[in-house]
Amino acid sequence: MIHSLFLINASGDIFLEKHWKSVVSRSVCDYFFEAQERATEPENVPPVIPTPHHYLISVLRHRIYFVAVIQSEVPPLFVIEFLHRVVDTFQDYFGVCTEAAIKDNVVVVYELLEEMLDNGFPLATESNILKELIKPPTILRTMVNTITGSTNVGEQLPTGQLSVVPWRRTGVKYTNNEAYFDVVEEIDAIIDKSGSTITAEIQGVIDACVKLTGMPDLTLSFMNPRLLDDVSFHPCVRFKRWEAERILSFIPPDGNFRLLSYHVSSQNLVAIPVYIKHNITFREGSSQGRFDLTLGPKQTMGKAVESVLVSSQLPRGVLNANLNPSQGTYTFDPVTKMLSWDVGKINPQKLPSLKGTMSLQAGASKPDENPTINIQLKIQQMAISGLKVNRLDMYGEKYKPFKGIKYMTKAGKFQVRT
Amino acid sequence: MMCDFLFSLVCTGEIFELKAELNSDKKEKKKEAVKKVIASMTVGKDVSALFPDVVNCMQTDNLELKKLVYLYLMNYAKSQPDMAIMAVNTFVKDCEDPNPLIRALAVRTMGCIRVDKITEYLCEPLRKCLKDEDPYVRKTAAVCVAKLHDINAQLVEDQGFLDTLKDLISDSNPMVVANAVAALSEIAESHPNSNLLDLNPQTINKLLTALNECTEWGQIFILDCLANYTPRDDRESQSICERVTPRLSHANSAVVLSAVKVLMKFMEMLPKDLDYYGTLLKKLAPPLVTLLSAEPELQYVALRNINLIVQRRPEILKHEMKVFFVKYNDPIYVKLEKLDIMIRLASQANIAQVLAELKEYATEVDVDFVRKAVRAIGRCAIKVEQSAERCVSTLLDLIQTKVNYVVQEAIVVIKDIFRKYPNKYESVIATLCENLDSLDEPEARAAMIWIVGEYAERIDNADELLESFLEGFHDESTQVQLQLLTAIVKLFLKKPTETQELVQQVLSLATQDSDNPDLRDRGYIYWRLLSTDPVAAKEVVLAEKPLISEETDLIEPTLLEELICHIGTLASVYHKPPSAFVEGSRGVQHKRLPGSSAAGVSEAPPAVIPSQGDLLGDLLNLDLTPPTTTGPPPPASSGMQMGAMDLLGGGLDSLVLLCDPQMGTGFGAPPAAMPASFNVPVSGGLDDLFDLGVSLEIPNKMIFVSVQVWLPAMKAKGLEISGTFVRRAGVIQMEMTLTNKAMSVMTDFAIQFNRNSFGLAPAGPLQVLTPLSPNQSIEAALPLSTVGPVMKMEPLNNLQVAVKNNIDVFYFSCQYPISMLFAEDGKMERQVFLATWKDIPNDNESQFQIKDCHLNSDAASNKLQGSNIFTIAKRTVEGQDMLYQSMKLTNGIWVLAELRVQAGNPNYTVSTICLVLEICRIIN
Repeated sequence: MIHSLFLINASGDIFLEKHWKSVVSRSVCDYFFEAQERATEPENVPPVIPTPHHYLISVLRHRIYFVAVIQSEVPPLFVIEFLHRVVDTFQDYFGVCTEAAIKDNVVVVYELLEEMLDNGFPLATESNILKELIKPPTILRTMVNTITGSTNVGEQLPTGQLSVVPWRRTGVKYTNNEAYFDVVEEIDAIIDKSGSTITAEIQGVIDACVKLTGMPDLTLSFMNPRLLDDVSFHPCVRFKRWEAERILSFIPPDGNFRLLSYHVSSQNLVAIPVYIKHNITFREGSSQGRFDLTLGPKQTMGKAVESVLVSSQLPRGVLNANLNPSQGTYTFDPVTKMLSWDVGKINPQKLPSLKGTMSLQAGASKPDENPTINIQLKIQQMAISGLKVNRLDMYGEKYKPFKGIKYMTKAGKFQVRT
Repeated sequence: MMCDFLFSLVCTGEIFELKAELNSDKKEKKKEAVKKVIASMTVGKDVSALFPDVVNCMQTDNLELKKLVYLYLMNYAKSQPDMAIMAVNTFVKDCEDPNPLIRALAVRTMGCIRVDKITEYLCEPLRKCLKDEDPYVRKTAAVCVAKLHDINAQLVEDQGFLDTLKDLISDSNPMVVANAVAALSEIAESHPNSNLLDLNPQTINKLLTALNECTEWGQIFILDCLANYTPRDDRESQSICERVTPRLSHANSAVVLSAVKVLMKFMEMLPKDLDYYGTLLKKLAPPLVTLLSAEPELQYVALRNINLIVQRRPEILKHEMKVFFVKYNDPIYVKLEKLDIMIRLASQANIAQVLAELKEYATEVDVDFVRKAVRAIGRCAIKVEQSAERCVSTLLDLIQTKVNYVVQEAIVVIKDIFRKYPNKYESVIATLCENLDSLDEPEARAAMIWIVGEYAERIDNADELLESFLEGFHDESTQVQLQLLTAIVKLFLKKPTETQELVQQVLSLATQDSDNPDLRDRGYIYWRLLSTDPVAAKEVVLAEKPLISEETDLIEPTLLEELICHIGTLASVYHKPPSAFVEGSRGVQHKRLPGSSAAGVSEAPPAVIPSQGDLLGDLLNLDLTPPTTTGPPPPASSGMQMGAMDLLGGGLDSLVLLCDPQMGTGFGAPPAAMPASFNVPVSGGLDDLFDLGVSLEIPNKMIFVSVQVWLPAMKAKGLEISGTFVRRAGVIQMEMTLTNKAMSVMTDFAIQFNRNSFGLAPAGPLQVLTPLSPNQSIEAALPLSTVGPVMKMEPLNNLQVAVKNNIDVFYFSCQYPISMLFAEDGKMERQVFLATWKDIPNDNESQFQIKDCHLNSDAASNKLQGSNIFTIAKRTVEGQDMLYQSMKLTNGIWVLAELRVQAGNPNYTVSTICLVLEICRIIN
């Protein structure tokens, strides 16, 4: 099982170590540093690194490497999933997961890690259980603790850990009972030079914020459940019911959680919300290149496309770009060669464009590679797959909860080749 | 915040300060001090000096303080074992606390104190906690057993904790079950042969029930454990699959992949025409696709596993090509894996898309990725014949870009395309030659030289081109040098008139100026060939080359099967068997897919195997009468019996017969008492071989043969030699008993063999050092090698021996069982087996029957394995079990056999096939 954990920051310092079994010397990280040196980009460090006696499995999140050390055969996904859980927990507790936040709360971090694994076996990884065991630090609580001498360690047995619904604690009480669901879809797509779609798929999630008293039992049904190709549920969802009736039936955890993630694959036609006209050319023997981009809405079902951000890694030979945006602002970083253009909202009457020239190194040959354009965007009140919630019902409790459902579409890895 | 003082804490002065605070009367001050200590510990500072002071704080009602002290203890107990004993009492007390949280905490912490002295004190509290009424305590205690086992395995076994742990598998609480499984799995890893996780349908049922209710981590443990189970039949297999499938919808990717493993394994047992089989295949694709939209690290592990799955069952993902298309900002390790899978999935249907993508990738920035993309284009050409032309033109386009590394890779793959499709795309050679000067990598240079040599007759200036390479001959890498040598010789054979000088130059460079033995040897061979027999040289050098195969990088099938059983593990990420690299997993059992061998063979062209039954001559034509110990072979009961000295019969029967004393005695004639005239290997014994089911085991890897009197005393002036042949640990031994029945002392023994069929020869002198006095016997074991001179004997296994002593030289002949010559490495790869079987003409087959065998096929195959006859595959056709077996003789001749076992019918049919007709004939 998981032996040890090292947290390493961007400059290569080990700023926290935790051992669940015998102590593994820090020097084991040297193998990691070697791999890090070989990798051109921070994210290119291979996730599994063998060393003579151990295996290092790492994830990079928030510019911190979480490096787990294992000694025997352990499923790597198990380790990676656990590391994600550590990151999520830190974020949950401290608001951000940064080196500073971790250092500020080092004792809580240590207590958390101790509760999450026992001898390398996962112990308590559900946020609600952890919060019962170790109270998250708040300014108020820190003050109260200092005055009264009480602690942020819970006194009672984490009851949820043993119940049939380990994700929900008992005795929850709210004055305003509310349940909100956000349907968020991300489009991953590759568009080729000529504008035709090579591949497009939708990753969707339904995130929930449920603050309901007691033990409510919810059901949520869709207008068009057949759209969903592959679904992964929060453990609270009753799988049998879904198989039989395509209805989500569950006793929700308390607070924020991800109810469902789903996948709408390329088998279905995926609507592409924007198009992009591009003309990025370099001429042989000239130290100038032309750059010309125009964006326009495509299949948006009448909704506005907002928060559009276009970025592109220009070829290494480009020294500078002198461009003129019709709206928004652009920046070009001459070191990383990253061009980014913050477009904002697309006005269908007046399409945004970015035109101008790029200057190349004098005498350098024409760059070989074609830059790829990355697009980020948001469309409110629409799920691009067309998924719609039909109804949400509550059983088991008497009160009338306040219910709300919100839709949003975002671009995930949306790339246009030029 | 706190960290400000935590991180400034360095010097001993502060340690001193902390010590004072720890011993303070004020609770609050104490706690703050312990916090500071922990914080320093966390960042790797040594605060072990405070051990006694911190331990003093342990006896407290404050839970947080207790936890903090426990944290400290776990870290430093190892370095302060004597001090740690002070903590024992508190632990024992805490284990009886009314609060289950405290009990659990205590038992958890105890296990983390890795000090030998302490562990004994912990057994009692642990035993109590394993039976605690609170499941939270039980599940914590279960893990504690694994911890303790890690520290002191013997203690855990002696105290019977393993049994308690096994009982916990039937616990009512799913979390306890999951933790017990996890603990047992971890313990089992260091005990590869122990049967800790004894899986039977009842426990499986318990596990499946717990699976639905436990946490995600518990599900992973349970699924991994389930994957080790082998269902009894396809019904059970299906029902397990049905109960595992819902796990594919879990949010935790590790659960999903473990479920995929179970399904991939158990699917092997399902009949392919079953509706459910098709449904299952369809259900597997979406979760795998979804894994690819996760974080890159997860994607990487998923892709490595998908790579295996695609090789085993390409049908699952054949329509999902697009999800493997590379995004430009994928990390490089993801890109390379995706590319690999794209090639595996490439087919005529999607090749156009794939090529367009690959061409796109070849213009990317990342050099490694671009290279691999170019190679991928070449592999597509080789894999999908229809696309070859398009691939070649794509490659030519890429060569036009003049990007150095692209050109070099393109040339390397074009060479492969030429080999796959000879005389088809040579028109592009001119373009290739234009880029000759830009090649600076050995592989590309070697490829180009190969092309020039191979097509020398079509390249007008081939000699100039090759000559230009020759200038820097000594600076080239070996690869290029060898290639250049061969290419110039080819050129010379094609255009002898103009290139004589060139070939002489290269031959002298290779033979005289080079110190590389490979190069020199090859140079000499060519030189001699050319000077003695140019026609022969032409035949050798310009021989037609075997076609290169489509999938050069496929994982070898047995390894693939094993890896499929290890989906989701490190083994699957590295594509190596677990035994190859994971420390502490010594002797990991090799896992095989259930029933996979049957599936494997039945996938083979059906024309090959089923038809051969009738065509086979009979090989093991044993007469089918009762065992021969009762006397000389009875007259042929079937026409095929003549010359019953068959290979297998002779070998097997004696070998089995004699390792079965019960049988021997059963027939009243102990083998040793066999008449000296018994010089023909007994036939009719193969049935005994199969009859052993009674209870007897062939001692591992040893082959026994009856002791026979080879040289009767009356023929050898009082020297009697009896002996037998044995194979021990891969060495053939001739074990002899020399008895002096004369009146005078015998000395100076020596032994020699006549030339024989398999080149048997003594590997050392006969070790009879002491003089042999009258009526004394001496045992001598003579190791034999098989590298002696060869001469065909009649019968084939006849051996003529000369023994010398101070009296005279004596001659005798004996026959050794052929089974003795079956080498330990006689296990053929299934593919090879099939191919070989196909290659051997039907005339070389022989068939015979064995009667009255009551062993089932599995037991028989185990039996035979003991004699180095390896079962390659098994399948069941119409109630008959067919075992396909291979054995290898020490001289490298393979013998293949098919054994048909019909349930309920004690008679077996054996068909044998061998490449060398001679052996087959002798078999007949």
